[in-house]
Amino acid sequence: MLVRSTEVVRLHQAAFGYQGRPVVTDVDLSVRRGEVVAVLGPNGSGKTTLVKGLLGLSEHLSGEVSVLGTPLARLRDRTRVGYVPQRHTLTGGVRATVLEVVLTGLLSSRPWWRPLGRDALTPALAALDTVGLADRARFDVETLSGGQQRRVLIARALVARPEVLVMDEPTAGVDRTSQQVLAGVLRRLGEAGTTMVVVTHELSALRGVVDRIVEVDSGHLTYDGTPEGYAVHQAELARAAGRGPAAPDGRHTRTGETGGAR
Amino acid sequence: MSEMLSLEFMRTALLAALCVGLVAPMVGIFLVQRRLSLVGDGIGHVALAGVAVGVATQNSPVWSALVAAVLASVLIELVRARGRTSGDLALALMFYGGIAAGVVIINRADGAQTGTLTGFLFGSITTTSREELALFAALSVVIAGVVLLLRQRFFAVAGDEEYARASGLPVLALNIVLGVLTAVTVVVAMRVIGLLLISALMVIPNAAAQQLSGSFRAAGRWAVGFGVLASVGGVMASYQLDTAAGGTVVLLAIAVFVAAALAGSLRRALARRRHRHAERHLHEHGPDCGHAAVPHGDHVDYLHDGHRHAAHEGHYDEHADEAHVQPEPEEANR
Ligand SMILES: Nc1ncnc2c1ncn2[C@@H]1O[C@H](COP(=O)(O)OP(=O)(O)OP(=O)(O)O)[C@@H](O)[C@H]1O
Ligand SMILES: [Mg+2]
Ligand SMILES: [Zn+2]
Ligand SMILES: [Zn+2]
Ligand SMILES: [Zn+2]
Ligand SMILES: [Zn+2]
Repeated sequence: MLVRSTEVVRLHQAAFGYQGRPVVTDVDLSVRRGEVVAVLGPNGSGKTTLVKGLLGLSEHLSGEVSVLGTPLARLRDRTRVGYVPQRHTLTGGVRATVLEVVLTGLLSSRPWWRPLGRDALTPALAALDTVGLADRARFDVETLSGGQQRRVLIARALVARPEVLVMDEPTAGVDRTSQQVLAGVLRRLGEAGTTMVVVTHELSALRGVVDRIVEVDSGHLTYDGTPEGYAVHQAELARAAGRGPAAPDGRHTRTGETGGAR
Repeated sequence: MSEMLSLEFMRTALLAALCVGLVAPMVGIFLVQRRLSLVGDGIGHVALAGVAVGVATQNSPVWSALVAAVLASVLIELVRARGRTSGDLALALMFYGGIAAGVVIINRADGAQTGTLTGFLFGSITTTSREELALFAALSVVIAGVVLLLRQRFFAVAGDEEYARASGLPVLALNIVLGVLTAVTVVVAMRVIGLLLISALMVIPNAAAQQLSGSFRAAGRWAVGFGVLASVGGVMASYQLDTAAGGTVVLLAIAVFVAAALAGSLRRALARRRHRHAERHLHEHGPDCGHAAVPHGDHVDYLHDGHRHAAHEGHYDEHADEAHVQPEPEEANR
């Protein structure tokens, strides 16, 4: 217990899928404490399935998965892992305030016989402040814009102060100013030692925050390394294809991101 | 009024109505949230088979209905948890099977029992015995207690089941507890409004409350108020007007819904008229936007170019004067 494992996420030959059918296979991945990993890849490649695997939300079909030094199935305290889902259903068929949604992020840190009281307001309001929505705490979430609703979900993930934060396209539909605010939030969290796995199509929004890139294509990891190396990887792919704008002169090797980034 | 209260059976009836009016919307709000508003109906169908078994074996139909309803609700959750598309059909089979078996068993037991059947389908509140009332009251206390204890968890699971699972909440267990609460509520309400109309008292007061409040906590309180109003008011009215109690309760609930919907749109229209929108903004005010932020009641105003602006439902309000709308005055620490 004295030595805290620096390996926060460890996948060895892991496969994840749904109803027994694998979607991502042969995944080897090791994420160290404090690392910020961006997961890139085309639509349908299996990014969501992979990160859901880290939360026990997609089926773990084979291989090893451990999170925070514990095999996933035996990880009891799930508040240590925060989650921002890609698809958002905020409140189901009824209305609720922003604060009510954020407070749900604290529930499993309390025993079931103790409902959240006033003391829970402080961390919830702090989390909303972090994403720049403190003044909307008592608004009906339905009256917020799509980008603001994404930020509510980020606040919900932050409120229990997780050690690992898994975010599935947190900046989708968020305007540029708010993306910068969020990038700042992620940078501060990273500096404070929070490990992050972020699925994104907008790497440019997270420039300077991401330490490492993992690319998923057709259910396999096709790249795992530094952002600089990823630019080279892309250029090589383009060269191998023998056509396209990233010609052998290497003019585009410094863009370092997929076409969707601009 | 005093004449009504001097009658033993009316006192019993009103107390039973009070129990149902309190409890049905408390459980129903989570069914509405899960978009399973009609599940109460299905459980009511299956409860009828339980009633029939009780009648046929000359035992208390309340207990056998309770057993059937609880079994059905647990089965529903297990089917839903498997997440198969055939789940919907499985539920349909169970619901229709329940009501069909109920009819067949009752008629088989004694041809003269159709009156009993009608009583359970449409309610027969004035035949409620003191023993039954005591049982209903005890069950209602248990339902209310469990909901008050677990409502935040029910809210989380019903609102976003996947997130609830990721955050470590015992999703299946909570859904099963909610299912059992639904089943018990169905049985408690069976006498007052009947198995065919039970769902109405779980759903309609909540539909009305949704017209008036944007906070889950506040909407829950409104719904309980509306539920009591409809059930107690409906039973009283049915005595005065000599109408069927169950139907009267539900018609009154619908009237309450219409009134709430009108009040809600009137309030929104007044609010629109009373406050002034600021000009369109190119940026979103926030802690880091560079404009001076001044707390103003329960929200924050931002000062720039001689204006005071406060965020409101996707636009900014001009808060130079005091005439403005409060977002949600309700305390949200549920
Ligand atoms: N719940 C599910 N059940 C069965 N198959 C699924 C499920 N969710 C996703 N899939 C399948 O898994 C594959 C990968 O989907 P996934 O959501 O992981 O892609 P993604 O990389 O996140 O795509 P996007 O960029 O569009 O979010 C798809 O072929 C999809 O059809
Ligand atoms: Mg995805
Ligand atoms: Zn501003
Ligand atoms: Zn103001
Ligand atoms: Zn302004
Ligand atoms: Zn306004």
